[in-house]
Amino acid sequence: MTTVLTEAPADVAPAAADQQRRRRAPGWLAVVPLLVVVAVAFGIPALAMLNGAFTVKDQATGATSYSAANMTDSVQGAYLTALLGSVKLSAVSAGIATVLGLPLAQAVVTSRFRALREAVLTASGVLANFGGVPLAFAFVATLGNAGVLTTHLGLKDHGWNLYSFWGLTLVYLYFLIPLMVLTITPALDGLRSQWREAAQNNGATTVQYWRHVALPVLAPSLLGGLVLLFGSAFAAYATAAAMVGSAVPLVTLQIADAISGNVMVGQENVALALSLDMVLIAGLVMAVYLPLQRRSARWLA
Amino acid sequence: MARLNLWRWVVLALAAVYFLVPLAASVIFTVDVPGQGITFDAYSRIIGADGFVSSLLLSLELAAATIAVVLLLMVPAMVALRLGAPRLRPVVEVVCSLPLVVPPIAFVAGISTVLKWGPEHLSRTPLFQTFVAIQNPDFPFVLVLAYVVMALPFVYRALDAGLRAVDVRTLVEAARSCGAGWPQALVRVVLPNLRGALLNASFLTLALVLGEFTVAQLLGFQPFAVWIYSVGGSQAQLSVAVSVLSLLVTWALLLSLAGLGGRSRTASRG
Repeated sequence: MTTVLTEAPADVAPAAADQQRRRRAPGWLAVVPLLVVVAVAFGIPALAMLNGAFTVKDQATGATSYSAANMTDSVQGAYLTALLGSVKLSAVSAGIATVLGLPLAQAVVTSRFRALREAVLTASGVLANFGGVPLAFAFVATLGNAGVLTTHLGLKDHGWNLYSFWGLTLVYLYFLIPLMVLTITPALDGLRSQWREAAQNNGATTVQYWRHVALPVLAPSLLGGLVLLFGSAFAAYATAAAMVGSAVPLVTLQIADAISGNVMVGQENVALALSLDMVLIAGLVMAVYLPLQRRSARWLA
Repeated sequence: MARLNLWRWVVLALAAVYFLVPLAASVIFTVDVPGQGITFDAYSRIIGADGFVSSLLLSLELAAATIAVVLLLMVPAMVALRLGAPRLRPVVEVVCSLPLVVPPIAFVAGISTVLKWGPEHLSRTPLFQTFVAIQNPDFPFVLVLAYVVMALPFVYRALDAGLRAVDVRTLVEAARSCGAGWPQALVRVVLPNLRGALLNASFLTLALVLGEFTVAQLLGFQPFAVWIYSVGGSQAQLSVAVSVLSLLVTWALLLSLAGLGGRSRTASRG
């Protein structure tokens, strides 16, 4: 903005252009180390995964050959169950988190107390990052077999089991709902009060306003958030590993088992094929998310 | 209006119950041991616990190294994108977003495959020594490399937001016309203006490394998160106590980050 105003007059333009040319070389050079490190630390493992996913080792001769057998195996039997288990868990928990996160974010955004808003948003930032092992142990201490709530409320007699699909969903919500609050808050801030007033002046009820004005405007953000939450839940490993072991079939747990060598000989590359499946699904998630985000940015600019 | 407020308080109260009860229950779990009554034994045992200090130190060292490497790589690149190589910007943006598409577990599957090449194919080449060196259990540099990649999206976003707020080109040109050299202009003019963004990026990276479990566990190293996991099996009270403490530490870190971020935001506005 200010650069336009300080642009050099025409008579010194050649000098400026000259300076630009001299500057370009260091410009390139400064980006090169980053690209080199990413190529080594990220590119090589990614290519190794791709290569391994399509390589089959003959147990008898030790010869390797390229084939799609691993990929086929990775979408069959126990591996398919794990993939579907992961997709189902991620979809259900992301869906619930979206439905619950929206009213929470709305309650915070429309609040008159600035301190409340700041506190909830900061707490969301903390909780959205509070995945992993500590989260699992906190829930085991609360609702696990010897957990405080389980023993004090006698939940076991009611058939409660934390180490199950719904138990894991409950735990995942702990970091997914804050993530939803963080993602949807800018969109809710973008809902102009004039829209609500205009709807009210035209005789619309609150429900009608939400149904015909707010939700359609929010839809790209909501969908984008849902997809982001799905990806986050899909990639989560630490929480599930620390909590359920293998009681719930998840693709991350299967890959971890295979890497640690707890599988049949010759199946190591299936782990890489499963990883590739995950990358494909995560790539799909991003491919859906980015256009949605751009679309919501247009409304809320 | 009163009805609306009631609705809001119900939502907030439910959220508070869901988010606070596990924390409160964890604390109760650690201090109210069956058969022993109220005891703070679990907390006093933490310091003396086997591997606590070494794993925490390892995590902190890894975090420091990761922050140093990622900032050294990203800051010059991001500043250069603003100044001299705007056409590379989409490339860097895509490169820094790629790690989002590869979940940590898939990433570590790839890394462990590469690390297996060491003994299998390269044992007679000098490269083998490199493979051994980066897997030194005292300071596994391979984890730093992995964490740098995993931190890229966050660091990119933090620095991009910071650079958006300042007019780097004008700043550098002003510094240059006052006779400053390139390094001087960078270190004494651009970096102080990015202080908020740099802190933001560092804290996010710190939180990432301290909590990271997947890569470290599957490559067989034992930083803090893996240590908590390993004591979980045998000493439930102790592991929950450490979890509560590590949560509090993360809270403190991120709250101070929010505080610093908030202050720098108001400062730039004023």
